[in-house]
Amino acid sequence: MIVTVNNHTTYCYTAGKALDAAKPTVVFIHGVLHDHSVWILQSRYLANHGWNVLAIDLPGHCKSEGMAPESVEEAATFIEALLDAAGIHKAALIGHSWGSLIALEAASTLGSRITHLGLVGTAFPMKVSAALLDTSLNDPMTAIKMVNVFSRSTLAAPPSALGPGTWVYGSSMALNRRVLASNTQTNVFHRGFKACDDYRNGEAAISQVTCPILFLLGAIDQMTQAKAAQPLIIKAKSSGKNFKVLTISVGHHQMTEAPEETLMAIHEFLT
Amino acid sequence: MPGYADPGFDTLSLHAGASPDPTTGARAVPIHLTTSFVFESSEHAASLFNLERAGHVYSRISNPTNAVLEQRVAALEGGIGAIATASGQAALHLSIATLMGAGSHIVASTALYGGSQNLLHYTMRRFGIETTFVKPGDLDGWRAAARPNTKLFFGETVGNPGLDVLDIEAVATIAHEAGAPLLVDSTLTSPWLIKPFEHGADLVYHSATKFLSGHGTVIGGIVVDGGSFDWEKSGKFKELTEAYDGFHNMVFSEESTVGAFLLRARREGLRDFGACMSPHTAWLILQGIETLSLRMARHMHNTEKIVAFLASHPFVGRVGHPLLESHPSHTLAKKLLPRGAGSVFSFDLKGSRNQGKAFVESLKVFSHLANVGDCRSLVIHPASTTHFRMTDDALAGAGIGQGTIRLSIGLEDADDLIDDAKRALKTAEKAT
Repeated sequence: MIVTVNNHTTYCYTAGKALDAAKPTVVFIHGVLHDHSVWILQSRYLANHGWNVLAIDLPGHCKSEGMAPESVEEAATFIEALLDAAGIHKAALIGHSWGSLIALEAASTLGSRITHLGLVGTAFPMKVSAALLDTSLNDPMTAIKMVNVFSRSTLAAPPSALGPGTWVYGSSMALNRRVLASNTQTNVFHRGFKACDDYRNGEAAISQVTCPILFLLGAIDQMTQAKAAQPLIIKAKSSGKNFKVLTISVGHHQMTEAPEETLMAIHEFLT
Repeated sequence: MPGYADPGFDTLSLHAGASPDPTTGARAVPIHLTTSFVFESSEHAASLFNLERAGHVYSRISNPTNAVLEQRVAALEGGIGAIATASGQAALHLSIATLMGAGSHIVASTALYGGSQNLLHYTMRRFGIETTFVKPGDLDGWRAAARPNTKLFFGETVGNPGLDVLDIEAVATIAHEAGAPLLVDSTLTSPWLIKPFEHGADLVYHSATKFLSGHGTVIGGIVVDGGSFDWEKSGKFKELTEAYDGFHNMVFSEESTVGAFLLRARREGLRDFGACMSPHTAWLILQGIETLSLRMARHMHNTEKIVAFLASHPFVGRVGHPLLESHPSHTLAKKLLPRGAGSVFSFDLKGSRNQGKAFVESLKVFSHLANVGDCRSLVIHPASTTHFRMTDDALAGAGIGQGTIRLSIGLEDADDLIDDAKRALKTAEKAT
């Protein structure tokens, strides 16, 4: 589905379904150098099990036009504009990595408009090493390999997003290259990483969230280590939030290396 | 640390796609000889059929043993995934049938395996798909052959029968300018010698019967997607970019930004054409791949020695291997195939059709049969077998001499192979 947001085309995967006002809505937000397709099993399942699904391509990424967000806050503002443009009053937000920070920031400002907040592979602060930041800018192909090596946790992923026979590592590398190539004006790799690295509002944001929160973490995640979510978890606890922490045995490719566990965790959280 | 930082070719050959069986602890890949897989519930069944859940339904579509093979070959090639098929020909047909229908056009190399030539020249034409054949080194010819309805460029890494090396990067560039992907048959080289994706190819397939299996025991094929071709940007592939009412109106390019080809190939091609691989075959090919690098190194070592022997023999007129400076692809082979240009090649005896026949029939270590890529050395004399009905002139037109011999060098002691060839050459010289 195409939604015009801020005068720009925004692509939202809906599993081919029109929005139904009678159904609850969930918005999936991808991470750096990803697009809607990283959520494909989870989004397709929910779209066929009672939910309106909008798995978006962030502005400047793949099928979506516009400038790629320079900050988490700017991206969160886009999420609000998207909901307005699509005529959605309430929605659940599920984000992965950078997308988790965007979902968090959006949930903090949108109050009761957000029904659930799912943070997959999250961390705060989400620091990116100076070396990786620099490589993402000056030698992005090398940085893509670094990121995928850090993200991988197995050489034998179960049947995954494309189905049996998918080589998740190669699939992720190819997607990263495609997303990078999709924006000839901006290096969305570096811009996304810098937005993660610059974000400072995480603890303040989570204290403002009013909906239930799910932390879905990878026990062997080297990109956003499970322990790196602790500042947010501690803040959620100290500020009396309704939250749950689930850790599964996977790296940073949660949706593709552990598709079933990720789906079931999100489904249970939303229902 | 999970411990999989950046595994190399040999590690991937043994481990990619496989881990100890979670139920039994079996370390080797189990052979899942089952047609189908039990559903947890009706709801689970519906979700699997609708691609909402990850898992297996029916072994024509997918199977856990086959999936290991598919992941492994994809890993070795640097692809995003793969589909195992009943044969190499089935892999080629699956690729074509996924990308196009009647009214489409293919540009292909003239230097192809005979079966591929037949499929394109005769069979696909009967279904409304035309092919223009171009000499592999004729880059202007590749460019000139493209039409608005061209949906595929196709060649072999080293072409049959002369071992013309395909300039993959140059042909891929021409294909992409025409909005079409480049499919490469990498059967004779295997990923140990060349990874076509690294040079710009978009799809790669193998007759896994040959070097991947390596033991002459099974027939199988596999097609790998590099995930690089942008089907939407091309604008030529409505099969992948528009709703397909044969599968819940799925738009494959929306489901997967990089994997649309594999999605449709499996969900339509395997489902409807049904040229799937037996799990037992997949297991045997996996066994072969576990020693691929060891075998390929030995194939190349032996080939180097046999080529040198033949090139210096007075009864041999021409040796068609890019190892030799006289071969037209020598320079390109050094660039693209630094480990070697394969162990299947032909040479010409300075003799008659009968002398060629005598040579083949005198060999003791080489086996006279119609296959290549076996661990055993193989030989065939086209003029008295595959092409025996052709006149001398027709043979010459096909680039085959009366004394042309095709060899597939195996893993025996090189000295034994040379000795065998030496004796047979002597016998052939005396024959009339």
